[in-house]
Amino acid sequence: MSSPALAAPVPSTRQPSGLAGALTTYRVPLSIIALCLLPWVLPSQALAVNVLVYGVLAVGYNLLFGYTGMLSFGHAAFFGAGAYVTGIAIGKFGIPWFAAVPLGILGGGLLAFIIGMLSTRTRGIYFSMVTLALAQLIYYVALQASSWTGGENGLRGFTVDKINLFGWKLNFLDPINKYYVLLAFAALALWAVSRILNSPFGAAIEAIRENERRARTCGFDVERTKLLAFTLSGLICALAGTMSALHLAFVPLDLLHYQTSGMIVMMTLLGGARSFFGPFIGALVFLLMEDVFSLWTSHWQIIVGSIFVLFVLFLPKGIWGTFLAKVIR
Amino acid sequence: MDAELILMQLFSGVALGAILVIAALGLSIIFGMLGVVNFAHGALFMVGAYAGLWVASVTGSFWWGLLAAPIMVGVFGMVVEYVLVRPLYGRSIDDPLLLTFGLSYVLVEAVRMIFGSDGIPFPTPPQLTGVWDLGVGFFPIYRLFVVGVVILVLVLLWLGLEKTKFGLIVRAGARDPTIMKVLGVDISKVWLLVFGLGAGLAALGGVLAGPMRSVNPEMGSLVLAEAFVVTVIGGLGSLLGSIIAGVLVGIAISMTALFAPEMATIVMFALMAIVLLIRPEGLFGKLA
Repeated sequence: MSSPALAAPVPSTRQPSGLAGALTTYRVPLSIIALCLLPWVLPSQALAVNVLVYGVLAVGYNLLFGYTGMLSFGHAAFFGAGAYVTGIAIGKFGIPWFAAVPLGILGGGLLAFIIGMLSTRTRGIYFSMVTLALAQLIYYVALQASSWTGGENGLRGFTVDKINLFGWKLNFLDPINKYYVLLAFAALALWAVSRILNSPFGAAIEAIRENERRARTCGFDVERTKLLAFTLSGLICALAGTMSALHLAFVPLDLLHYQTSGMIVMMTLLGGARSFFGPFIGALVFLLMEDVFSLWTSHWQIIVGSIFVLFVLFLPKGIWGTFLAKVIR
Repeated sequence: MDAELILMQLFSGVALGAILVIAALGLSIIFGMLGVVNFAHGALFMVGAYAGLWVASVTGSFWWGLLAAPIMVGVFGMVVEYVLVRPLYGRSIDDPLLLTFGLSYVLVEAVRMIFGSDGIPFPTPPQLTGVWDLGVGFFPIYRLFVVGVVILVLVLLWLGLEKTKFGLIVRAGARDPTIMKVLGVDISKVWLLVFGLGAGLAALGGVLAGPMRSVNPEMGSLVLAEAFVVTVIGGLGSLLGSIIAGVLVGIAISMTALFAPEMATIVMFALMAIVLLIRPEGLFGKLA
């Protein structure tokens, strides 16, 4: 950040003491330890990989929704863009996976920058509507550009089977290997988000969330800060997209659908927006519910949707947010 | 390109726009009055189409479906306002939005459960099949009927809002609900009715659109995006803006379908992007 206004010192009151303080200080190592154990506690390894992908997605989204206070309904666009760019780079241009991943992240980030330029011109409810509409635009573009994206059938033909790390060959088709390789990406994302939140910029976005007018009066460049938060959030979501592409070796068109955007919102809110662990917990709970309820009925979305409605009504802080407020203090 | 074809496409655009106007109007009325963007609007549109289809198949008449669906969905909307949305007034503006999104998620799945996931054809009523000779070409009667119904609804809405005591309360309540309460008006009753009206309009749009589009559980997400685009172009909360933008977008879509069919689904979003760049508050909106 070059703007001097954003280099203001971080107020010390943001770091709570006690158990909550320890959780905040060691949030990245703690998350990584929890994620290392995940495949051994969950019913299936496929579910663990999904939690990883959607957890990163929700964490990236929460940077915008929870911390900057901007309710985007279009983050499927960046998730999908990351996946498509990675898939196209590997499948159509033969680019190796380690170069295709940053390309995917950059592609999604660029899209986030463009959509952010348009949507951050609006505020509040308008912002939600505009992000939804622009993400639908991306969906229809991907549907029409079928020679590149495979259209309705999705993108296929870019299997990554072996990963060569400094002469150390790894079979990427093995689910446990796959999980721990993707975990390295997730760890990177978590560290990046934590670093962003600890920076003066992190204080600035929370200032905008709490009171936009006051933040502006204090000299913050609100528009630029919002656009930067939007783009950073898009970059993390694009990373989740590349992880999904590597995992499935397939990009379904549904990744870009409005339902996906909605699912990101639901996961984040269920777990607890405004908290570091919340979105990951939300992704875990959402996917577990899907896993469990779909055993009983193919209409599991009715149950999950109803639970979400109850959360909005009675537990708007989500699981982790409520836990923090009630149990820890 | 001959002029007659363009003229015919223009008529098609107006018919398409009429559906968009109805879809956007319900959204705009609820927002203008309650400050709530109803994310379940597309789902209510879809439920309206299914309700109309169901009533029409039970009674054997499209007309009962057209009449009953808006009433059924309107009553449902009032229940939703009373039970779900009301506890959220005074909380963050995002909360009603999240709640109605969750509701749409449930509604879509409920319809899948009852009617199945596949699309159902919605037959055009026999009285309205066929075409009319407009002088420049033949135009489906049903589309003319849709335009007629929408114009009728707009006139009734205008009369209701501008010429009745209830309309006066609605307009005043949209401006300052606190003063209305001080004056002894039970504003919560008005909110209830307005939410029901908005939901009913969505359902009417659904029934009218039924024979023009295929009826399936996912049709709502496209309608929601369309209604958003129209209200963003027209200006949120501006009824006149919704009407003009709806017709404009309808014509833009059908004209693009003529010259560059692959761009037809994309053009309305491009229009919205242009409006956002030039006038972020919409053509007829006030800066929020």
